[in-house]
Amino acid sequence: MGHVKGLKCRECGREYAVEPIYVCEFCFGPLEVAYDYEAIAKKLDRKTIKSREKNLWRYRELLPIDGEPQVGLDSGYTPLVKADNLASVLGLRELYIKDDTVVHPTLSFKDRVVAVALTKAKEFGFDTVACASTGNLAHAVAAHGTRAGFDRFIFIPASLERSKIVASLVYQPNLIAVDGSYDDVNRLCSEVANNHKWAFVNINIRPFYAEGSKTQGFEILEQLGWRAPDNVVVPCASGSLLTKIWKSFKEFHEIGLTDKPGTKVFAAQATGCSPISAAIKSGNDFIRPVKPDTIAKSLAIGNPADGYYAYQVVAETGGWAEDVSDKEIVEAIKLLARTEGIFAETAGGVTLASTIKLIESGRLDKKGSTVICITGNGLKTQEALVGQIGGEHQIKPNLESFEAVLRKIKNK
Amino acid sequence: MAVTVRIPTPLQKLTGGKESVEGKPGTVMDLITYLDGLYGGLAERISEGGKVRRFVNIYVNEEDIRFLKAEETEVKDGDEVSIIPAIAGG
Repeated sequence: MGHVKGLKCRECGREYAVEPIYVCEFCFGPLEVAYDYEAIAKKLDRKTIKSREKNLWRYRELLPIDGEPQVGLDSGYTPLVKADNLASVLGLRELYIKDDTVVHPTLSFKDRVVAVALTKAKEFGFDTVACASTGNLAHAVAAHGTRAGFDRFIFIPASLERSKIVASLVYQPNLIAVDGSYDDVNRLCSEVANNHKWAFVNINIRPFYAEGSKTQGFEILEQLGWRAPDNVVVPCASGSLLTKIWKSFKEFHEIGLTDKPGTKVFAAQATGCSPISAAIKSGNDFIRPVKPDTIAKSLAIGNPADGYYAYQVVAETGGWAEDVSDKEIVEAIKLLARTEGIFAETAGGVTLASTIKLIESGRLDKKGSTVICITGNGLKTQEALVGQIGGEHQIKPNLESFEAVLRKIKNK
Repeated sequence: MAVTVRIPTPLQKLTGGKESVEGKPGTVMDLITYLDGLYGGLAERISEGGKVRRFVNIYVNEEDIRFLKAEETEVKDGDEVSIIPAIAGG
């Protein structure tokens, strides 16, 4: 039932059979899944999609599996929230939040990519899964992996937020905390992957794993009534999500489900880790690696694998990039929570704060329809807000005490 | 003591399956040229016109050479060099 033709190098075009490999042997370019779009177009129409369960597998023909979905049967199809309160604060005509703070089971968009990666790992016959993670991926691999019956090795930077470590350990994986940055972890994992026959979801399974990000884009198009937005703002760590969201827009058009997308794609980063934003602003596609220093740890990849391609997508679509300070991140988290009742992790603060800057500079057209991708839940990074969101009102358990506080609140 | 160079899977066909080979001190580019003499074709695969390819990362003692002196980074006896595909993670 699969519609995958094989793997193809994005750089030199060499073709490979479907295997757990991720780079071209000749030029080291990334391998990407190639589909038979003609066959998919004959099979997948709006009615078929609408008749399916509300999870990410409703677009299964455009995902790189051969058999039935095996992992993440409750993941995906998150709300596209029409954000009128926030829109009026920002002066936007039409604004939506793609709310991946509520993806099942671990509350970030990584549940999507891992659903696809682990289904593929099953098809390849692996018994152990692994990943290099800034936290969200750790949770997704730990949770999806245990349910699917895999041994799990999860590598994280030792400096990760305590709450993210706890939320990984609870699933009882083998959690390896590396004394170094995410980029150190990633380099180490690339070497570990050479020596152990494991399914490293974001290394040797990466061509399949990354395709899972497209489901966020497919959902946006379907939920908007089978149309692409005028603007989409996407947070960038490795840059993969941004490139895959654009790919999803092009694929729906390719198989005839939507019109040609005229969307401008915008990249959002933290200033303390902004190699992609810096390249876009300088107009030079060389991505200069950096040593990250930001509270947005889930975006703290100083050496982004897909930075070059994220640059290309932004350039191709007429988008732009912005990067924001830790203070702006916190303010944006608070703004989103106050206006729309959505509590995003620091990466969400990055995305909204960058959107605000893009509006202010006139790069993002206020009159168009805009979708902001919020990719993870704020309960995961509460440390970032300690001391920055005011406090509770302490009272005695009697009416007098309450009335006294109430007077104070009303007089503010 | 020589320079130890760790070889990624896609290049191990050139090194006869060896995961690690010995190199000589000099700059990173000198090292690549030296290895190419032993394992023909290696230089072309990881570099182009005297520059390391976009999708190849090289580390000397765990530090990315782009934070050092890039292709001109000096490699000494006892150093460990890793050649690693850039496309990973995220």
